[in-house]
Amino acid sequence: MSAVIAPHDHEHDDHHDDHGPMKGWIRWIITTNHKDIGTLYLLFALAMFFVGGAMAMVIRAELFEPGLQFVNPQFFNSMTTMHALVMVFGAVMPAFVGLANWQIPMMIGAPDMALPRMNNMSFWMLVAGVLLLASTLFMEGGAPAAGWTLYPPLVLQTGAALPFAIFSVHLLGISSIMGAINIIATIFNMRAPAMTLMKMPLFVWTWLITAFLLIAIMPVFAGAVTMLLTDRFFDTSFFDAAGGGDPVLYQHIFWFFGHPEVYVMILPTFGVASTIIPVFARKPLFGYSSMVYATASIAFLSFIVWAHHMFLVGMPMAGELYFMYATMLIAIPTGVKVFNWTATMWKGAMTFETPMLFSIAFVVLFTMGGFTGLMMAVAPADFQYHDTYFIVAHFHYTLVPASVFILMAAGYFWLPKWTGHMYNEKIGKLHFWLSAISVNILFFPQHFLGLAGMPRRIPDYAVQFADWNMVSSIGGFIFGLSQLLFLYIVIDTIRGGTGEKVTDEVWEDAHKHSLEWTLPSPAPYHTFTTPPETVPSEHF
Amino acid sequence: MTDELQRKNVRLVRTLLLVAVVMFGFGFALVPLYDVLCKVTGLNGKVDTTAVKETGYQIDSNRELTVEFVTALNESAPMEFRAETPNLKVHPGQFYTVNFYAQNKTDKPMVAQAIPSISPGLAAEYFKKTECFCFTEQKFKPREGRIMPVRFVVDPKISPEYKTITLAYTFFDNTEKAEKQ
Ligand code: HEM
Ligand SMILES: [Cu+2]
Repeated sequence: MSAVIAPHDHEHDDHHDDHGPMKGWIRWIITTNHKDIGTLYLLFALAMFFVGGAMAMVIRAELFEPGLQFVNPQFFNSMTTMHALVMVFGAVMPAFVGLANWQIPMMIGAPDMALPRMNNMSFWMLVAGVLLLASTLFMEGGAPAAGWTLYPPLVLQTGAALPFAIFSVHLLGISSIMGAINIIATIFNMRAPAMTLMKMPLFVWTWLITAFLLIAIMPVFAGAVTMLLTDRFFDTSFFDAAGGGDPVLYQHIFWFFGHPEVYVMILPTFGVASTIIPVFARKPLFGYSSMVYATASIAFLSFIVWAHHMFLVGMPMAGELYFMYATMLIAIPTGVKVFNWTATMWKGAMTFETPMLFSIAFVVLFTMGGFTGLMMAVAPADFQYHDTYFIVAHFHYTLVPASVFILMAAGYFWLPKWTGHMYNEKIGKLHFWLSAISVNILFFPQHFLGLAGMPRRIPDYAVQFADWNMVSSIGGFIFGLSQLLFLYIVIDTIRGGTGEKVTDEVWEDAHKHSLEWTLPSPAPYHTFTTPPETVPSEHF
Repeated sequence: MTDELQRKNVRLVRTLLLVAVVMFGFGFALVPLYDVLCKVTGLNGKVDTTAVKETGYQIDSNRELTVEFVTALNESAPMEFRAETPNLKVHPGQFYTVNFYAQNKTDKPMVAQAIPSISPGLAAEYFKKTECFCFTEQKFKPREGRIMPVRFVVDPKISPEYKTITLAYTFFDNTEKAEKQ
């Protein structure tokens, strides 16, 4: 894209602040700078994306053919469990916290996060939690293998790993809660005076709502796993039928957390999409306030639909019907969003740089995931879909070509601002096309497998499922390998990229959309030490 | 950072932390809430494990329901456990006795607890037992096996939509827990 504003002279931007980054590696341990911490979060998430991805490759290799080929069933089940936990708590959530750290202060005209020291602590607690979780792989009895939902009584049969996994959930929970508190405090207390709530970019709005979700649900999950711990070691009977407890109770508590949790991963995704699409459509976002209200309604509804994960536990008719209709309601605000993105693109002067390509693919493929969600919301139909590959296809459509694609889009979109270098557009596009095609080869056949009755979380299967599993595995390997391109691009961009001089606004007229594009590229270590006087307005 | 901002931050953090703590408590509050809800609505097929008095009901000999008996062992408890009859045709209001057989397959004394469950769940409140081995923990001598009766009646007030009721028992080996106490 063309240069519009001449690049600033960086030396002069720094001078009003007394110190730049610290020298040496210790900077990365004790830093309280939001940009440093954002970078730490993002790099950690990227690393975990590859760790979790490697586990997925083990799963797809084992499922390439019927029969047991590479791993034993116990280890296979550990892989499905750990893959999910690492991706959810180690990759997707931290990546969004990383984006929040980098972007929220710059987007609202604040000099830093509100609680910089807590910010540092929540990052290192995350690292400790994930390392603890990873260490269970080497324990006697293996890593947890009862699924990421940790259902009792099965999960109580985990070997030495159980208390470590539970403690790791505690750490991850505390880390998320601290991150969420920090984000709320930043948005409430640090906005530039001109930045009224209804002028905030949607990424900031969606994160604000997500942060409230996190504070409400992470403690509930921590409570549930604490009960598992006492059931196993202190003879309580929360979930033990022999002592008057009920394992179904765990499912209720878990999904009270678990359903909002999936929205923790998707709401910031919506926010980034709503930030990127207008820039490349060269139009303001269509329906800004309806986007805000839709996000808030989705967040509210997410608390009252949890038992759609439990249609088969033997709820009475009234319960099935209630959770069925309540779940279907979510499709309304979600639909509002999809239509708004489409309307934003409508008659826009669109260009298709890599971030936009990923965003458009997100709109299309997320909608697919939403549709299968709606199918499963139909309680009688879900009797067939539940715990089959159909649901695996559903949530991977809502997570991979949605949350993960948007994280990629965010990377391409903001890397030039963060590093001051342009990424290689050719390789970016190649990465996009390989990912977009292979993700469908990987997950689309899983719909067929599920409808034909293939259960999830099994290392072996009946021969009639062989063909589509092979297709799915091939898609999986292509997808996995393609992500190495992203790794290459990130490293390459940090080290200079194309060498092209990046303008302050990077993308044509981006400064009309959001404040960070009014800053120099790369963004100086300290920004907005005095708040900006004007902020971009919704209509321009 | 100005003092004003500092104060605002501290106040907000306190409130939010309080919310987190309350939600942690809420997770635990769900436990009694769930029990109360299940008891009031009879949703989860949990069966009252106290004996009812053998009262006279009006026997409805025009209606016939099938009561099925299912037995299971938790975590492959070292026992043998079966119902002497797989199912029984019953008239609402009439009392019946069925025998179950359970045996300790180990050479040590055993303490075991049977947990009943009824399906469909909403029928549970009409299924009344005057005698059941599930009311208390059962102690078995090494290798001991014995016949244990269950005496029950189906309340005639049960809605006509129910044609089959399944009574399922799961035996839990509680020996270790009992030894600890
Ligand atoms: C229109 C919106 C959606 C609807 C109506 C919907 C509905 C459902 C239903 C009914 C299930 C349970 C299926 C079963 O267990 O048989 C389910 C599972 C799931 N959904 Fe969605 N969903 C929606 C959006 C999303 C989004 C946005 C995400 C994540 C970003 C998501 C992630 C998941 C996950 C992870 C599971 C599986 C949990 C597990 O059992 O491991 N869903 N969804
Ligand atoms: Cu859900």
